[in-house]
Order: sequence, then C-alpha cells, then structure tokens
Amino acid sequence: MPSEHTRPHRFNTRLWLAGGWLLFALALALLAPWIAPHDPLAQDLLYGRLPPFWSEGAEPGLWLGTDSLGRDLLSRLIYGGRIAFMVAFAAATAACLVGSTLGLIAGYFGGWPDRIISRIVDIWMSFPPVLFAILLVAVLGTGLHSVIIAIAVIDWTRFCRVIRAEAMVQSRMDYVESARIAGFGRIGIMIKEVLPNVMPSIIALLSLEMGIAIIVEAILSFVNLSIATDDPTWGGLIAEGRLSIHQAWWVLVFPLIALFLTVLSFSQLGEGLKQRFDPILR
Amino acid sequence: MQRILIRLFTMLITLFGVAVVVFIVIRIAPGDPIAMMLPPGATDEDVARLRALYGLDKSLLEQFFVWFGGIIQGDFGTSISLRQDVLGLVLNRLPATLELSLFALLIALSIGGPLAIWGARERGTSIEAGIDIANGAALSIPDFLWGLVLILTFGVLIPVFGISGRVSPRLDLPFVSQFYLFESFFRLRFDLTKDLLSHMFMPALALALPLAAIISQLLKQSLKEVMDLDYVVLARVKGFSETQVILREALKNAALPTLTLIGVQFTFLIGGTVIIERLFSYEGIGNMAIDAVINRDLPLIQGIVLVFALLFVLVNLAVDMTYTLLNPRLRNA
Repeated sequence: MPSEHTRPHRFNTRLWLAGGWLLFALALALLAPWIAPHDPLAQDLLYGRLPPFWSEGAEPGLWLGTDSLGRDLLSRLIYGGRIAFMVAFAAATAACLVGSTLGLIAGYFGGWPDRIISRIVDIWMSFPPVLFAILLVAVLGTGLHSVIIAIAVIDWTRFCRVIRAEAMVQSRMDYVESARIAGFGRIGIMIKEVLPNVMPSIIALLSLEMGIAIIVEAILSFVNLSIATDDPTWGGLIAEGRLSIHQAWWVLVFPLIALFLTVLSFSQLGEGLKQRFDPILR
Repeated sequence: MQRILIRLFTMLITLFGVAVVVFIVIRIAPGDPIAMMLPPGATDEDVARLRALYGLDKSLLEQFFVWFGGIIQGDFGTSISLRQDVLGLVLNRLPATLELSLFALLIALSIGGPLAIWGARERGTSIEAGIDIANGAALSIPDFLWGLVLILTFGVLIPVFGISGRVSPRLDLPFVSQFYLFESFFRLRFDLTKDLLSHMFMPALALALPLAAIISQLLKQSLKEVMDLDYVVLARVKGFSETQVILREALKNAALPTLTLIGVQFTFLIGGTVIIERLFSYEGIGNMAIDAVINRDLPLIQGIVLVFALLFVLVNLAVDMTYTLLNPRLRNA
C-alpha cells in the first residue's frame, strides 16, 4: 500500500523542517552578541526607515533596513529571539509541571481530588486568556519574570485537561490493576506506570505550548506590557511596525515572518512528536 | 431537566469562583489607584476621603462582600479612569463585541462547513489531503498573527478593507442602539451596513480562521464515520448523488459532536476579541479592557472580566441545551 510508505516520509520532512528552523533560530538567538551586525539599541536618526537591501535607497550593511529611529532591524530581530526562546522554554516548562502534575492526580485518583481540580480548571477557562495575561502582568509589574509567571498561571489548564483524560484512561488498564495486585503503592503506580504512558502527550503539548508562549509574549509586548527594558522583542517590533505600516512595511513584515515560522515549527514539531510516540499511529 | 438544573448550579459556582479570583488578583496589585487619580499636591485627607468613597478603606473581606452584593443587584461600581457607571460603559461597548464574534462565527461556519462536506465527498483523494494541510496551517497560526497578515495584505498591499475602527468617522450615525450592524440592516441603510461590514470583515476573518479549520476537520471526520453506516448506504443505493447523501442523511447525525466542540471553541473566539479589537482599533469591550488594565481601573476591569466569564458560561449552557434538545437519547432523560 503506497499510503503507508508516503505518510511517515511526509511527516518526517515536516519534522526536519520544523526542527531545522527552530535550531537555526535558537542558534542565532544564543550567539546574538557575536552574530548581530549592529548594536540593536544604537539609534541613528539620519538612517531612519531605510528599506531592506534589495530596495532602492537601502544602505549597505543594514540588510533588513531600519526602524523609525534608525536602529538596525536585523540585529533587533536576532536579539528579540533571545527573549522569545527564554519565555518559550521557561513558561512552557512551568505550565507543564503544574498542569501535568494536577492532571495526573485528577485523572488517576478520581473522586474528590478530581472534582476540585476540574472545578478550578472550569473557573480558569472562564477567563479570556489574553485579558487574564495582560491583567496578571499589570498586577505583577512588567518584566521577564512576570511574563513567564503569567503564562504559566494561565496555561497550566491546557496540560491538566489533556493529561487528566489520558491518565483516566490509563488507570483503567489492566497493567495498572496488575501493579496494584502486585502490591505497589498508589503514588508509586502513578509515577512509575501511568506517567511514562502519558509522557508522549506531555512532550507534544510542551512543544505546542512553547509556540503559544511566544505568541503571548508577543501580544504582551504589543500592548507594551512585556519586559520593561528597551531590549527588543518580536512583539515590540510588531507594535512599532503596526504604527508605521504605511511608511515602512518591513518593520512589521520581518518580525512577523520570524514569529510565523517559529510558532508553526513548534506546533508541527509537537504534532510530529505525538505521531512518532503514539504506538497506534506508528 | 435535571441535567440542565445541575448545569445551572455549576454555572453559578463557576461565576462565583471567577469573581473571587478576579477580586484576589486585583487586590494583590501593587500601586495605589487612588494615588494615581489625585494631583501631586493632594493631602493625606484627600486620599483618605477618596478611599472611603470607593470603599477601599474597609477590610478585604468586607470589600469583597460589598462589591459582590452590588454585582448581584446590577451595581458594578464606578470606573476610576472614566468616572462613569461600569455597567453602563460595558453595556455600551458589548454590542460591538457581540456583533464581531457572531459575524466571525458565521464566517467560520461558512468556510468550515462546505470544506468538510467537500472533503468528505472526496475522501481518500489529494483534495482531502489538501484540505487537511490547509486546516493544519490555519490551526497552528493564532488569530493575532492572522490579524497582522490580513492587515498587511488587505489593508496595505491591496487596500480594500478598513483596518481600524468600527465605522468610517465621516458618516453620521442615526442609530439608537449600539447594535449598529443589525440596526443599519433593519433600517435599510445598506450604505452603513456595507461600511460596517468592510470594517468588521478583517478582524472577524482573523478570529474565524482557526475555528473554521476546527469545524472543517471535525465535521469531516464525523461525516466520514457515518458514511458507511447502513442508512447512508441505503440512500446511496436509492440513487442519490454523493453530495445529496451527505446533505440529506449524513449531516444530521454528524453535526452533533461538532456542535459541542463549536461551543467551547466559540468561547475561545470571544476571548480572542480582546487582542483582535486592539489590533484593529475596534471599539468593543476587549479594547476597553486593555485600556482599563493600563489605567489600573480596578472596577472597570472587574466588570469586564465578569461579563466575559458570563458570556462564556452562557455559550456553554446554550450549547448544552441545544445538544440535549437535538440528541434523542437525552431528550427524555
């Protein structure tokens, strides 16, 4: 059957493309101080709103042009990636730890722990997430820590809901029953038997959540509520670009492309990993 | 019936929980909103007087019950930055957000539905594979990015739609309600309807794309599942074309699981209006919410978050009731 041969091949290509872009972007972000051609904060009003290199009026060395204050867009983009990846890794991991733990407990134990956790999830889901994030950052004060905490506080429910459902299915399986008969403790079974079986979902969700965290950070930067310093962020660049959209489209387009590719890659990576780990789909 | 009563009860608990969480989150906020309202030369007495006016001099528990008691009677307090009644402000802006969300839902249904039917008819072909890829892309990109892409393409590159505001400022509006779109339609002022729609189209499309992808994916899946059941096969044997079979027989049964999911997803869509309204400078409650947060306008934030939460639980309740009505197995239970 041809479809069985083409299918894994297609998703492998996707996985490679997504992983490749993420590694490339991550490397750029990590090596920013050595790679970025200019100081991302250096202003030069004589060189304001220069177009990218292929357009007329471009200045050599300022590859992607400059913003209204004459700052080099390419350097700002590279440095912006640092914040994006930092938020992605820290916030997604924190949300994952909280959400998966609670989900595992709710799904495996059932009963009143499940009822309490599920009710809290319901309440959490009744908040518009973006508004909740903006509110939390306003309350906690702007800064990288606040952004990370806000995303974790809001998005743990994504992990909790899925892992709860999966742990519930797993805990009814025969192997859990056998472990119980063999005399293992409840918490031991949960960690040693159920957790490894829900791990593929956790990893897939983690990758998805990294993309979501980057978007939330961009949204917060967009409404000027992210990190308080002058450091460039992709969302901040987009906000500048939205203001000067009719005069300098490139200030919006390049950060948008970076955001687009990164978010798409994280979600494709998540999907790909899920399929790869899923014994039935594999 | 009992099912709906239980549902109503949990809905009230959820709303109460939301109120508690909002209250706690806002009270731990550093920064004194009262100090921000007064000019620099204000005395301590002025501060104390204003505190008493807004009830901020009482204990936290007292404050909560005064505030919550007010809400039950429809008194959401007074906005600190706009110095107006919160309920009035919110009700004034809410119709704009509702029109935007419903229009987006309509777009999502009219993109997702036909795609699902087309995909189910062409199942197993490259057309279905193409639809799957389009769905995957539309799903992984959130509304915020779609909004920016739309602004660039149809606002700047090919400027056909308005990219900011709800209506062109030069038009004078004869409206008595805030439901501009509905009212312009019923007053037969189609010039205004056209202007409103051209402003609403891009934000609505940005909100609709991810939902359209979900509808298309799920409905296609459910359609494919029922396509091989006896009664569908029978219809096919009777000589109906594949499209007729889907529309007359399969759709009715496949729509039910999709409906439940649309409910949850529609609440996400409503939540998305917050940033999309900001992006398109659309004057709904989402845009007002961001201003309220930036101005540290506690009563207004509380009011708006509660209205959002109320909308969410109402949508879920509506879906639950429709589901019960449409599902014969639950109707008599």
